[in-house]
Amino acid sequence: MPIQYYIILASALFCIGVVGVLIRRNAIIIFMCIELMLNSVNLMLVAFSKMHYGLGSADNKIVAVNIGTDAQLFVFFIMVVAAAEVSVGLAIIVMMYRNVHSTDVNFLNRLKN
Amino acid sequence: MTATEILFWFLSILALFSALMVLISKNPVHSVLWLIVVFFAISGHYILLNAQFLAIVNLIVYAGAIMVLFLFVIMLMNLNSNTEPQRNSLIKLAGVIGGCLLLTVMVSAVRSAGEVSNNRALMNEGDIGLIQNLGKILFTQYVVPFELSSVLFLSAMVGAVVIGKKE
Repeated sequence: MPIQYYIILASALFCIGVVGVLIRRNAIIIFMCIELMLNSVNLMLVAFSKMHYGLGSADNKIVAVNIGTDAQLFVFFIMVVAAAEVSVGLAIIVMMYRNVHSTDVNFLNRLKN
Repeated sequence: MTATEILFWFLSILALFSALMVLISKNPVHSVLWLIVVFFAISGHYILLNAQFLAIVNLIVYAGAIMVLFLFVIMLMNLNSNTEPQRNSLIKLAGVIGGCLLLTVMVSAVRSAGEVSNNRALMNEGDIGLIQNLGKILFTQYVVPFELSSVLFLSAMVGAVVIGKKE
């Protein structure tokens, strides 16, 4: 597929995540939209890795084995960081709920006075 | 249209529709289930691009572990559809317009760039997604970030336990 299709798909998923973070007031749904944004970036990286692999193996006469692997390993590390971030973030949300008994982000905003 | 193209369009529409349903659902449990559908669609895209290792890791880590964690927390807090307050309608409209503008800017900035004008993402072929080739590069060139990620996991675990402790 032309790479523009993947760019449009990943950008659309990213913007749906951004709209979700702006619109919803539940802290857990906001967190889920952040994960959606991370996944859209992962899709973009894998598509670009295949594009570079296709370009590299077309340029050389022998098949270039390892041209696009950097992007896919970066996706692997993004997943690692996302997993760690989810565990800490959910611990914070559970602690917030235990103190306030609500997961509304506007509620905590009003508490600063 | 070949089977690959049909699958690409089907998975793309499924991913976009499920992402919209994540936003629109009132019940948080429904949002989690729609997000799991999004992860399955993205794993399908990875398999189409022959990135097999990432497809399986995506399913196991994201849909298998992270979403289960989200479900645990939602069940723990006993959230259902009538406990979430809604934002002002004007703010919702402004958010949607802002998101559409962001999409327009991002797509128009990239679509006529020289690097991506005529290139295709190679589907159904290529060996770089296989776990053997990725593993060779991971454990030779990127072994330091790999070991550091284990320290990251340890610190995240300690942090989560310390935050969650009852005093």
